[in-house]
Amino acid sequence: MAAEMEPPPLGNAGETDFRELEDGEDLFVSTVTTLEYPEPSSPEPASLPAEDISINSNGPKQKDVSFDDDPEDLFAEATEEVSLDSPEREPILSDGPSPAITPVTPTTMLTPRMDLGARCRIEEDNNGDTFDIHIAVSDPEKVGDGMNAYMGYKVTTKTSMTIFNKNETTVRRRFSDFLGLHSKLASKYLHIGYIVPPAPEKSIVGMTKVKVGKEDLSSAEFVEKRRSALERYLMRTVKHPVLLKDPDVIMFLESSELPRAVSTQALSGAGILRMVNKAADAVNKMTIKMNESDAWFEEKHQQFENLDLQLRKLHASVESLVCHRKELSVNTASFAKSAAMLGNSEDHTALSRALSQLAEVEEKIDRLHQDQAYADFYLFSELLGDYVRLITAVKSVFDQRMKTWSKWQDTQLLLQKKRESEAKLQFANKPDKLQQAKDEIKELEGKVEQGEKDFELISKTIRKEVSRFEKERVKDFKAVIIKYLESLVQTQQQLIKYWEAFLPEAKAIA
Amino acid sequence: MMPRAVNVDLQTDATLQVDISDALSERDKVKFTVHTKSTLPNFKQNEFSVVRQHEEFIWLHDSFVENEEYAGYIIPPAPPRPDFDASREKLQKLGEGEGSMTKEEFTKMKQELEAEYLAIFKKTVAMHEVFLCRVAAHPVLRKDLNFHVFLEYNQDLSVRGKNKREKMEDFFKNVVKSADGVLVAGVKDVDDFFEHEKTFLLEYHNRVKDASAKSDRMIRSHKSAADDINRIASTLYTLGTQDSTDVCKFFLKVSELFEKTRKIEARVAADEDLKLADLLKYYLRESQAAKDLLYRRGRALVDYENANKALDKARAKNKDVLQAETSQQVCCQKFEKISESAKQELIDFKTRRVAAFRKNLVELAELELKHAKGNLQLLQSCLGVLKGDT
Repeated sequence: MAAEMEPPPLGNAGETDFRELEDGEDLFVSTVTTLEYPEPSSPEPASLPAEDISINSNGPKQKDVSFDDDPEDLFAEATEEVSLDSPEREPILSDGPSPAITPVTPTTMLTPRMDLGARCRIEEDNNGDTFDIHIAVSDPEKVGDGMNAYMGYKVTTKTSMTIFNKNETTVRRRFSDFLGLHSKLASKYLHIGYIVPPAPEKSIVGMTKVKVGKEDLSSAEFVEKRRSALERYLMRTVKHPVLLKDPDVIMFLESSELPRAVSTQALSGAGILRMVNKAADAVNKMTIKMNESDAWFEEKHQQFENLDLQLRKLHASVESLVCHRKELSVNTASFAKSAAMLGNSEDHTALSRALSQLAEVEEKIDRLHQDQAYADFYLFSELLGDYVRLITAVKSVFDQRMKTWSKWQDTQLLLQKKRESEAKLQFANKPDKLQQAKDEIKELEGKVEQGEKDFELISKTIRKEVSRFEKERVKDFKAVIIKYLESLVQTQQQLIKYWEAFLPEAKAIA
Repeated sequence: MMPRAVNVDLQTDATLQVDISDALSERDKVKFTVHTKSTLPNFKQNEFSVVRQHEEFIWLHDSFVENEEYAGYIIPPAPPRPDFDASREKLQKLGEGEGSMTKEEFTKMKQELEAEYLAIFKKTVAMHEVFLCRVAAHPVLRKDLNFHVFLEYNQDLSVRGKNKREKMEDFFKNVVKSADGVLVAGVKDVDDFFEHEKTFLLEYHNRVKDASAKSDRMIRSHKSAADDINRIASTLYTLGTQDSTDVCKFFLKVSELFEKTRKIEARVAADEDLKLADLLKYYLRESQAAKDLLYRRGRALVDYENANKALDKARAKNKDVLQAETSQQVCCQKFEKISESAKQELIDFKTRRVAAFRKNLVELAELELKHAKGNLQLLQSCLGVLKGDT
C-alpha cells in the first residue's frame, strides 16, 4: 500500500537555485540559504481543491481551457484503475507516479470533464479565429521629472480576432505595467504548468540615467533596447493560445486606464516577499527528491539544462562580438580621419587624392560596421537573451510539477499515518475519536485523489507546453538566423561596392 | 625560400643581390641566413651565405649612421627587433586555460596562435630583408666595407648588444640631438627646395605616426571580432549536435559557415596589417631617416655659417686667419657635399614612397575585394540551403 519513496537524487539542484534569484525582478541577489518559510503562494493542503479554482478568478473560461484534451483521455480514465495513460504519454515504466492507494473512482474523474468532452483543441484556432494579432510598442516618452519620472510607451494592437473589442487599439503603458501583467500571469498559470514568457529585466542603472535626464547616446540606446524587448514580450505572450485569452492580457491591451502595479517595485514589501519566496522555493527544490518514472521528463529536463548552458555561452560570445564590432567601428572612423590628414600633408597630388579617397572608404566602412553591430545585437543577441530567460521559465514549470508531486506524496503520507492511528483506535474503544479519525481519512482520501489529478494534469500540460515551446523556438531561431545572415550578406555587398570604387583611384596614382 | 619583401619598391641589380633565404627561431633570438649573389670582384665567391642575428643588423646600421661620409644620404632605417613576447604570452595563457575549454576549442585556438606566431616571424624576416635590399640598391652604401664584411664574413661578428652604460649614452645623445634638431630646424633655409622638404617632412612624419597607430588599433579590433566569430561557431556546433529538433540543421550549417567566414575575416585583418599597417610603419621609419638627413644638413649649414662668422672675425682681428680659412673650407665642402646628395636622396624618397603606396593600396583593395566576394559567396550559398530547408 505504501508508495515507494526512494527517489534518485535530483541533479542540478545546486546550480539552479540561485539562477532563479537572478531573474532580474529583484534588486537583491540573495545569499539566503537557510530560509525555512512556508510557501504562502500556494494554498495549504486543506484547500487543495481551491487551487483549481484560483485560476478561475476571472470566470469559468480558464478552467475549460486548461482541460482541453483528446476526448480519448476520458475513456482511458474510466476503464483503468490506476494508469494515467494518455495517447501523448510514453509507456510508463515500473512504478508509475500513481502508487495505487485507492482505486480511482471513475465518477469523480469524469464529472468535471464530461462537459468539456466536446471542446476542440486549441492549437491555432481560438473560438474559430485564426491567430492574427500584431502588437507594436513605440513612442517612448518621458513623463514627469526627477526620480519619479518614468518612460511611457504607446502600445498599439491590430487584430481581427473576436476576443478583442476593436480591430485597432492604442493605449499608453509604463514599464511597471508590463511587470504587473507578467506577475499576474505567472501567479495564475505557472503552477499549473504553463510556460509564461518572462518580462524584460529591470535595470536600475539604465532607468536612473533616463530619469536624471541624461540625453546621451547610451540612454537613447537603453530606451530603444527596452522598447524592443517590451514588444517582443507582448508578442510572445499573445502567441500563447491560453494567455492570449486571459482577461488581464486583454485588459492590458485594450483598457485606457490600468491600476498601477505597485508591487513590482524592487524595494517594496511585495518585492521582498517575492525574494523570500524564491529563496524558499530554492531550498525546497533541494530537499524534494522526486521519483521520476517518466523518462520523457527526465530527458527533457536534461535537454533544457544543456540548451540553457549552450545558449548562455553563445549569448556571451555574441555580446562580445557586438562590443568588438562597435570598437572596430570607432577605430575605423578614427583611422579614416587620420588617413585624411595624411592625404592632406602628402605633397604628391595623385597619392594625396588616393589617400583622401581611402579615408572616405574607411568612413563608409565605419558606418557599415555600426549597422552590422546593430543587427548583431537586435537580431541575434537579444533573441538569445530572450531564450535564456524563457528557459528559466521552462525550468520553473518543471519545478512546479515537482512541487505538485511532492504535495501529493505528503498528503499520501499523512493519509497513511491517519490509517495507522485509526487502526490503533479500533482497539482503544474510543468511539468519538474513531469517528473523527474515519472522517479525517475520508477527507484525506479526497485530497490524495485531487493531488494525483493535479499531478497528472500538470504533467499533461507541461508536455503540451514543451511541444509548443519547441515549435516556437524552432520557428524563431530559423527566422532570426536567416535574417541575420541576410544582414551579413548586405554588409559584404556594400564592402564590395566601396572597394570596387576605390581600386581605380589607387591605380591612378602615377 | 622566403618571399621577397613586398612593401617597398626596389630595383634589383644583377651585380649584387641579397636576400634572407632561411630563418630559425630559437628561444629568445632569431637566426637569419643571409644569402648573397654577386658578380662584384671584391667577393671571394659568386654566391655565399652567412648566419646573422638582429644585433648584427643594428651594428651595420649604426656604422652607417656614424660614418661622416654618408651624412648626405638617407640611411635605410634599421629593422625593428623581433618581438614574439605578445605571441608567447598568448600561447602561455592558452596553456593555462586548457582545462576550461573543450579539446576542439583548445586545438583550434592553439592552431591560430601558432599561425599568428608564424606570421610575426615572416614579418620580421621580411623587414630584415628589406633593410639589406635597400643597402644593396644604394649606389654608395652597397660599396661599404662593413656591409661586405656583414655579407661575407662567416664567423660571428662579435657584436654584442649595447650594455647599460652605452644605452645611457645613446639616450643622452638622443636628447642632445633632438634639442639641437629643434635649434637647427629653426634656421630658415635659403634654398626653397629644402625649406619645403623640412616643413613637409615634419608634418608628414607626425601624420604617418598617427595613421600607423590608428591602423594598428583598427586591425586589432578586427582580429578580436574574428575570434568572437570563432567561439560562436564552436558553440553553434555544440548546439547543433545536442538539439533534437529541426533547427539543429540550421545550427550545424551556420557553424560550418562561420568557421569559414572567420578564416576569411582573419585573413582580411592579416592583409590589412601587411599592406596598410606595415606600409605606414615602414614610412614612419623612412621619414624619420629623411628627417635625420635634413638635420645633418641643417647642422652642417649652421657649422658653415658659424665658420664664416669665425673667419670674418679672424680676418678683422688678423689672428689665426689660416686656421679659420681651413675650417671654413672644410665646413663649406661638407655642407655642399651633403646638399648635393641630399637633394637627390629626397627626390628618390618621394619616388619610392609614391610607388610603395600605389602598390600596397592597389593590392589592399584587390585583397579586400577578393575576401568580400569570398565571404559573400559563402553566405549566399548557406542562405540558399537554409531557405530551401524551411
